[in-house]
Amino acid sequence: MEGNNFSPETGFDSFHGAIPHATLSFDSPERYRGEAHFLAHSGARLLALWADSPSSIRASLILREGVVLLSLSLPKDSLSFPSLSSIFPTAGRFERTIADLFGLLPEGLTDLRPWSDHGLWLVPPLAEGRPSLHQPFAPEDYPFVRVRGEGVHEIPVGPVHAGIIEPGHFRFSVVGEKVLRLETRMGYVHKGIDSLFRGRTLFEGARLASRISGDSAVATSLAFSKAVEEALNIEVSEGIRFVRALLLERERIANHIGDLGALGNDAGLGVALSLFGPLRERMHRHNLTHFGHRLLFDTIVPGGVSTFLSPQMVDALLQETDDLLSEVSLLERIYSDHGGLQDRFQNTGILSPEIAIRLGIGGVAGRASGQGWDLRIDHREDPVHRFSPALALDHVGDVAARVRIRFFEIFESLHLVHALLTNFPGPDICSTLPDIPLSREGLGIVEGFRGEVLGWVRIRPGKTIESAHIAEGSPLLWHALEASVPGNLVADFPLINKSFNPSYSGSDL
Amino acid sequence: MWKLLWKILKSGNLTESRMHKPERTSPCEYSRSASIRHLDSGSCNGCELELWALENPVHSLSSQGFSFVASPRHADILLVTGPLSCHMKEALEKTYQAMPSPKRLLAVGDCAINGGVFRGSYAIHNGVTEDMSPNLTVPGCPPRPEEIADAIRRSFSPAKTHSDSPVLDLEIRSPLP
Ligand code: SF4
Repeated sequence: MEGNNFSPETGFDSFHGAIPHATLSFDSPERYRGEAHFLAHSGARLLALWADSPSSIRASLILREGVVLLSLSLPKDSLSFPSLSSIFPTAGRFERTIADLFGLLPEGLTDLRPWSDHGLWLVPPLAEGRPSLHQPFAPEDYPFVRVRGEGVHEIPVGPVHAGIIEPGHFRFSVVGEKVLRLETRMGYVHKGIDSLFRGRTLFEGARLASRISGDSAVATSLAFSKAVEEALNIEVSEGIRFVRALLLERERIANHIGDLGALGNDAGLGVALSLFGPLRERMHRHNLTHFGHRLLFDTIVPGGVSTFLSPQMVDALLQETDDLLSEVSLLERIYSDHGGLQDRFQNTGILSPEIAIRLGIGGVAGRASGQGWDLRIDHREDPVHRFSPALALDHVGDVAARVRIRFFEIFESLHLVHALLTNFPGPDICSTLPDIPLSREGLGIVEGFRGEVLGWVRIRPGKTIESAHIAEGSPLLWHALEASVPGNLVADFPLINKSFNPSYSGSDL
Repeated sequence: MWKLLWKILKSGNLTESRMHKPERTSPCEYSRSASIRHLDSGSCNGCELELWALENPVHSLSSQGFSFVASPRHADILLVTGPLSCHMKEALEKTYQAMPSPKRLLAVGDCAINGGVFRGSYAIHNGVTEDMSPNLTVPGCPPRPEEIADAIRRSFSPAKTHSDSPVLDLEIRSPLP
């Protein structure tokens, strides 16, 4: 068995300089589980797990060397698939989603409560008429895990929250002011995105991919477009790669700025919103003027970008970068000198490095807890590797660490943007998309502002989408949140939640 | 601390809103202030980003008398974003019922109007307009903050219960200094 396992040294393909990845196909459930087990021991983290049809399960894992996609084909009449939950603790909710959507039983999974299904579906929506093990249940019956003991009570929050926030349910078990346990219940914004991809053209697919999670529009549509480009075997030109890298960093900077303002506000410094808000607003206006959309939706398309960069724009954006650098530097000093703010940030919502490893957390949350994963730094993707951005890393894992990581990343991204602009080789035209004689698959992966964003697509002849899936990392962050809230005060929850900032839409799909 | 004070002083007043005079059609009905309860019925969170932008000092919707509130019990306007996922329908109905009359329903974004890019999915109702009739709709994906603010200001104008083109003031102002 060992001898046949995947070898990270030799097994990866790097398509046109992209981040190395490999697809391993299995017919045998044992071999699928065995490979997952082997890779977990080699340090792999689980990024996402989904089914692209009732007979095809996919698990994407990330290693230091690249991304591995495990693909398990099930027999046509199969009613179950093997669970990876004993190997990756975060696999369970992905598998419960598959169970709900396709009516398949995850074998070996102990928690079989519904997840995406809220009791409204008579049959699993994607079962395609096959028999299924789906059992209807009443929506109010969701069995939260109960904590018993003297003085323990529950606080239910949501799905509608107090403010401009996406919907989801949080169930706190508390004693006095202290949280003993937090359990999240998502699925309220499930929109059936995987099924919506099917049959769309590639450009409609990119439009949809921009709207998986609006704050990550560039990252999700870029991951999708890279997947399409791999499937169609096309390479995009240097100028396009520069513009894409620039847009991705702009999205990261704007989101980090927004999050930092909200974090200050949640910690009691109301003026923080007023200090950070105008910076973000200015970026959004520049986005509209230069790239045609405030939030950069639809700027990335398969084969290229829908925008262009003139010398005048380069000058304007360089000026903006300089301004932001000095403004954010001042705000960073205000934050780090503010005793009251640091008092709320420090030792609040600690995600220890051990738990971050166990859950496989990457991105901002992982880097704040000692997990130094960043696709922009770990891989030699053009053009970013030419300017070698530095890795943000902290080991404390509290809200303060996640704040520090965000500040650090803003500065690194601003330097990167500056370098991209000054070295911009000039506009390039988009690649044309060729047709293909047979269905083909492609995978794209990008470091979004939360963490890794993965796009997978299978295209059929005629350039329409047969199946696609986008994973933007938020499902893992709910696990991180649940692990770091117990022991804190209920009143600190909004602050801790904001410091992770998972996307509800991105997790419910 | 002095850095913070200095920064606040240096920033000055960034608010762009010219004072929007209300349309005083009847004397006691409405005089330019309302509480808004936002409900995300399954949006991609792009519309929420623009609602957040309304709260920044540049748009400063609250300085014009409008505030986002936590409870529907004292809200005048229900501002809905998102394509109305099946799983949020009950929450939407309960929120609307919990509001006192007179109340207004605002559908913000293409999704809320007709499902937008998610139209046709098994998991959504193609917007709130299938079962409810919003007083105003604000098209866009997402609509710009100026467009949303304009609709909010006009949502209590008695003459306009429905509007096809609630959008005014489309010119792009020069970026901030
Ligand atoms: S209208 Fe557009 S921005 Fe608003 S929720 Fe729908 S897809 Fe997102």
